[in-house]
Amino acid sequence: MKRILLGAGLGVAATLALAAPAQAAKTLVYCSEGSPENFNPMVNTTGTSFDVSLPVYNNLVQFERGGTKVVPGLAETWDVSEDGLTYTFHLRKGAKWHSNNDFKPTRDANADDVLWSFNRQWKKDHPFHKVSGGAYDYFNDMAMPDLLKSIEKVDDYTVKFTLNKVEAPFIANLAMPFAAIQSAEYADALQKKNQIDKIDQAPIGTGPFQFVAYQKDAVIRYKAFEQYWGGKAPLDNLVFAITPDAAVRYAKLKAGECHIVPYPNPADLEAMKKDSAITLMEQEGLNVGYLAFNVTKKPFDDVRVRRALNMAIDKKAVVDAVYQGAGVPAKNPIPPTMWSYNKEIEDYPYDPERAKKLLAEAGFPDGFETDLWAMPVQRPYNPNAKRMAEMMQADLAKVGIKAKVVQYEWGEYRKRLQAGEHQMGMLGWTGDNGDPDNFLHVLLGCEAARAGGSNIAKWCYKEFDDLVVQAKRTTDIAARTKLYEQAQVIFKEEAPWLTVAHSVVHMALSKNVVDYKMDPFGIHRFYGVDLKQ
Amino acid sequence: MLRFILTRVSLVIPTFLGVTFLTFLLIRLVPGDPIEVRVGERGIPPERLLELRHELGLDRPLWQQFLDYIGGVLQGDLGVSLVTRNSVFSEFVTLFPATLELAALAMLFATVVGLPAGIIAAVRRGSVFDHGVMGISLTGYSMPIFWWGLLLILFFSVGLGWTPVSGRLDLLYYVEPVTGFMLIDTLMAGEYGAFWSALHHLILPMIVLGTVPLAVVARMTRSAMLEVLGEDYIRTAKAKGLAGKRVIGLHALRNALIPVVTVIGLQVGTLLGGAILTETIFSWPGVGKWLIESINRRDYPALQGGVLLIATTVMTVNLLVDVLYGVLNPRIRHSR
Repeated sequence: MKRILLGAGLGVAATLALAAPAQAAKTLVYCSEGSPENFNPMVNTTGTSFDVSLPVYNNLVQFERGGTKVVPGLAETWDVSEDGLTYTFHLRKGAKWHSNNDFKPTRDANADDVLWSFNRQWKKDHPFHKVSGGAYDYFNDMAMPDLLKSIEKVDDYTVKFTLNKVEAPFIANLAMPFAAIQSAEYADALQKKNQIDKIDQAPIGTGPFQFVAYQKDAVIRYKAFEQYWGGKAPLDNLVFAITPDAAVRYAKLKAGECHIVPYPNPADLEAMKKDSAITLMEQEGLNVGYLAFNVTKKPFDDVRVRRALNMAIDKKAVVDAVYQGAGVPAKNPIPPTMWSYNKEIEDYPYDPERAKKLLAEAGFPDGFETDLWAMPVQRPYNPNAKRMAEMMQADLAKVGIKAKVVQYEWGEYRKRLQAGEHQMGMLGWTGDNGDPDNFLHVLLGCEAARAGGSNIAKWCYKEFDDLVVQAKRTTDIAARTKLYEQAQVIFKEEAPWLTVAHSVVHMALSKNVVDYKMDPFGIHRFYGVDLKQ
Repeated sequence: MLRFILTRVSLVIPTFLGVTFLTFLLIRLVPGDPIEVRVGERGIPPERLLELRHELGLDRPLWQQFLDYIGGVLQGDLGVSLVTRNSVFSEFVTLFPATLELAALAMLFATVVGLPAGIIAAVRRGSVFDHGVMGISLTGYSMPIFWWGLLLILFFSVGLGWTPVSGRLDLLYYVEPVTGFMLIDTLMAGEYGAFWSALHHLILPMIVLGTVPLAVVARMTRSAMLEVLGEDYIRTAKAKGLAGKRVIGLHALRNALIPVVTVIGLQVGTLLGGAILTETIFSWPGVGKWLIESINRRDYPALQGGVLLIATTVMTVNLLVDVLYGVLNPRIRHSR
């Protein structure tokens, strides 16, 4: 019985090997980690859903490949008025729209499409506002409704944005995935057919890859768009094979079933490094994991205590143990890949003796009792907050501080931290638009220090706040860099946080992938990537 | 017989209501609602949270939400997924054939291997083969599916390169889904290469999902056969001088099959439960994987609808098995 079965199995395998089809022209297979909600970056917040829509769409401006610098997209150039309130975008001529069975475009991308796309997110009475849930989280998070005064069409290829206040990161915001441009003509066609939901399910864009088909939870197919304004992609086809389990993704890479694999298991990294058929890429993520001291509560209102804690914890040991090679100790609140990162800053050394002395000066020669909040979940900037908390607890005990680890369910945890219920709490942040403002103002500014705000140290320090607010109101990058560098010096002196780590993101690639660039925002982009035949 | 069926059907109704109520309640007891899960570190202003909750109808009292839901279900409306905004029923119908195809093949595998193994083990009771089958089936029954799946992938797909790692079809093929059953769709499209590819992709997940039912079927067949083989009528048949094969194949097996059929029917629940893990390992686009994502995203309607439809499937199969049991064994229906 057994022999027969085994024989039959071998027979099937042999037949199948012969039946394998011939290799098609340059198809890159990306083993993605999950299923997208739909194909519209306006309504989503996850990297998974941005990955699937980025091949299809363009923005007015976009981030350069592999960087955070803003470069032209559908807008070839733009002018900013003297007062910093008016942005005029000059659109590219001849940017073609994709087509599908329902839609054949009759015109190129123009100002109408830009207005349509922003109004969809902005105006509640827009006919497409409610499509796909209509939450537009990022549009709201980036405070666009408060910022925008008007968007006007000057002519077919010129659009004018007027703002309510000066906001230097505005241009960077427009390069974020949510600010994609959809086709107004496609929308009209769908509306006539009474199929408006299709706009986010069968996307039409001006991007380098044209959407072909999505088999739910299994495969997404794209083909290179021949008429792409930036030139046809070197690849002919792009396929996303949805593979949720990291171990299976690795197996697929080894078996040659995919070319690029995101989010490898930390445990597999060593083996990947040794494998000669695999390239392992790594990059510091645009993120920071930190421990915030609630400066509105005793004893953390005293800067000496905050400095002492910075010296009492052996950061390197914590990072090595918790990130296992996928993290680097952080000294600044912004990641090293970001412009204006202040290299000159010196981190507090690990020095329990000095920490004790400082504590004694502050009136705590025998230490004190405190809480130490730790996330209940794994986050991109911190793979294991519980373990981290335990290690910190042990270090703190050495200088006489008794820390009690506190955990809540994730939603509850954030809510309570933002309300300021903690004494010490861990959290982190992943950058949205590559602008230092997105860290320094959003996480440490006075505006965010109110109850419910995202400044969980509740640290409102005028000198620091003046700098970051001024930087927001300045459009010159060199001048802004100076302000942010100075702000980081104050931050370090005042020590509202113990900056813990920037996590390192890994990607595993097959050796025949050419010119893949890791994206600092953690998004996966395939325009410009090639395959060795 | 009709009366028997009607009694069985009437028992389904409370089960159905119970399942609906439990899923509705349990997913709401899991902390974090669909909006909070989505916003992450950036948080959300309280007034915006209220507004979004209101739009999704999550701000109404629980009982009202439940009554509305039941009302919808009775009219055949399972609602709309909070994540994709597609109808839950249409999503389920798109994905269910993949699960069904896998489960059917796994069951076939379990029966085709388990039944003969059980019979031989019973006939050669106490032999090396018997101990071997029982040992292997006990191991199979206790095997953690996740580990077992990865092990097979590493050995057959990565090590030997015999089978694909995961997925349903080689990516070079594209077959427009008609029935959703890949084996049927590829044949209908006349793509024989794709048919082989689909079959090829089914081998490992089928074995992984079929392992537990295989063990159950083998053990059940063995014990049922042993019981029957000890009956007087078998001794009589043998005494009449009937050939051993005929005694076993006709007289013993027929009677032994009755409990085995029931067990096979009951395995449908196990299969659909096991499909959740198997589908996740093999990136199989079925309802199991979909349910896991729905839980993570707190997609209430998708999860409720999915569980309800799966429960309905299991209940229907159990009902059919009960009826079939009655047909196979007249004593059951007469005793009512």
